[in-house]
Amino acid sequence: MDRIEYASPILLPNESYLAKDRNVRLYDGDQKTSFEGGELILTTHRLMWGRPGAIPLGQVCLTMHLHLVVFVEEDSPNAFSFSRSRKIILHLKEAPPDRNEGPQPSSIYNFIKLSFREGLNSDIVGLLNDCMQKRRWEWGQSQPNVSTKPSLPNIKLRTGIAGIERGIQEKQKQTDENISLAFKDLSKLMSMAKDMVGLSQNISTKIREKQGDITEDETVRFKLYLLSLGIDDPVTRDAYKSDNQYYRSLAKQIADILITPITEAGGIMALTDVFCRVNRARGLELLSPEDLLNACRLMESLDLPLKMYKFDSGVIVLQLVSMSNESIAESTADMLNEKGSLSSEELARLLGISVLLAKERLLTTERFGKSCRDDSSEGLRFYPNLLLSKE
Amino acid sequence: MDKMPEQFEFPWQHSFPPFFTLQPHSETRARQISVWRALILDYFRFAKTCTLDIREASHHPLFNNASINRKLDNEFILAALSDLQRTQNAAPVDKQRHRWEIYWHTLEEWGNLIYNYVTNRGATGSVLTLFELTQGEDVQDEEFCGLETDVLVKALRVLEGEGKCEVITSDDLEGVKFF
Repeated sequence: MDRIEYASPILLPNESYLAKDRNVRLYDGDQKTSFEGGELILTTHRLMWGRPGAIPLGQVCLTMHLHLVVFVEEDSPNAFSFSRSRKIILHLKEAPPDRNEGPQPSSIYNFIKLSFREGLNSDIVGLLNDCMQKRRWEWGQSQPNVSTKPSLPNIKLRTGIAGIERGIQEKQKQTDENISLAFKDLSKLMSMAKDMVGLSQNISTKIREKQGDITEDETVRFKLYLLSLGIDDPVTRDAYKSDNQYYRSLAKQIADILITPITEAGGIMALTDVFCRVNRARGLELLSPEDLLNACRLMESLDLPLKMYKFDSGVIVLQLVSMSNESIAESTADMLNEKGSLSSEELARLLGISVLLAKERLLTTERFGKSCRDDSSEGLRFYPNLLLSKE
Repeated sequence: MDKMPEQFEFPWQHSFPPFFTLQPHSETRARQISVWRALILDYFRFAKTCTLDIREASHHPLFNNASINRKLDNEFILAALSDLQRTQNAAPVDKQRHRWEIYWHTLEEWGNLIYNYVTNRGATGSVLTLFELTQGEDVQDEEFCGLETDVLVKALRVLEGEGKCEVITSDDLEGVKFF
């Protein structure tokens, strides 16, 4: 407490205001003092404490220079204490001999406590540590003070619990900075994404206009990809009061944008592909897998042209409502008859679908007794079920 | 005994690769097994052999179609034989169920065939040697001609149980007396 001086709350050159807390009480070591219910102001150089309203008026207040602070810690709440207030402890250096007059000429304690009656502004410990590391009060001073900078690592190298805690705090700060930096990039990306969707729409309209000129396969395919990009008005959760409403609209939108690609893909699309396509089309406001799944579950009850189906193997797909297992079995059996025999890879290539789906089709066909399998060292192949159909 | 009789004509299924994979679809599998049953019995009837060792079966031309590079695995063979055993068309000889006898006629049918033959010839009451019954000149046209002795004895034991004959075994002579 003897480190605290009377001073005017006018900022020094280079000093700037950082944080303020109300209803703060000062402790001399463990002893309560009469300085309670005041305002505490943290600047880059000093801590100031004044009676309510005193500081804004420029009246004399209590100040303590931060270079006296050795270490800051939060007082762990006493198990027997009923108070809601949070305390931080400032461990201090020896009082300098040339200080100004203060409220208490001497003290047996080497630390003071600040009690925050209205809870702790969580930043204050971090800010304090920050100030002590930056040592702004040294910046404006003359060159020789550079030599004091090497003394900085001395503090960092402090051993013991204090040193470890300091290390942890530094690491946390670093992580914090990294995260905010990363999110800064992300928000930049999000703002760009809108432009990118716009751009792709532009390109696709242009291509649509010039449709006649394009004949090559690859260009056509590229055009298709672009056309499948971009939903003008993606359904987002914010616009709906209940999850259920949200999923319903989402289901409708998904059905709208996927009906053409799914028809082209032979009536079935694996949910993973659906997830990719939908999110690619949305561009931003991406969907989570759960939301997609929930929306797809509703499709059948909403009379949409698509429905979700789960194969016995656990593979989940979206398929046309008109597409039944019978019709799958029927068409696959036709292909088998035509080709003689097929592996899932061959069927996948023929239909332009994934191997996984091709296999599901063959297994469905088998379940209907329209194919039979040949499981040999050469792999699993399926044949028309001559065992049943031919005598 | 495992010699492939050149004339035996395999059904088309034998060249159909899925025939050699146990089918998961129940109806298909039932049909598949029944074709295998018939095929096994036909083959053994044709080859006039009764014994089969599962451990050697993977080289057996019946279970291994080299031209399409497919063969039955032993579990499948065991399943087919077990199905035959259910209708008494096969029986394991050892406890490990490795060696089997295949009866294209069940033992009961064999017994009846032999008994009918004997009664038709009016040979009831007389004693016939086992050799006479399977290798004799008089039986060349009968189906049980060349039947393996082990199987013959088992068929006769069934008849014996019905009180239609008595098997006489002594060291140097094996015979049967029909009633």
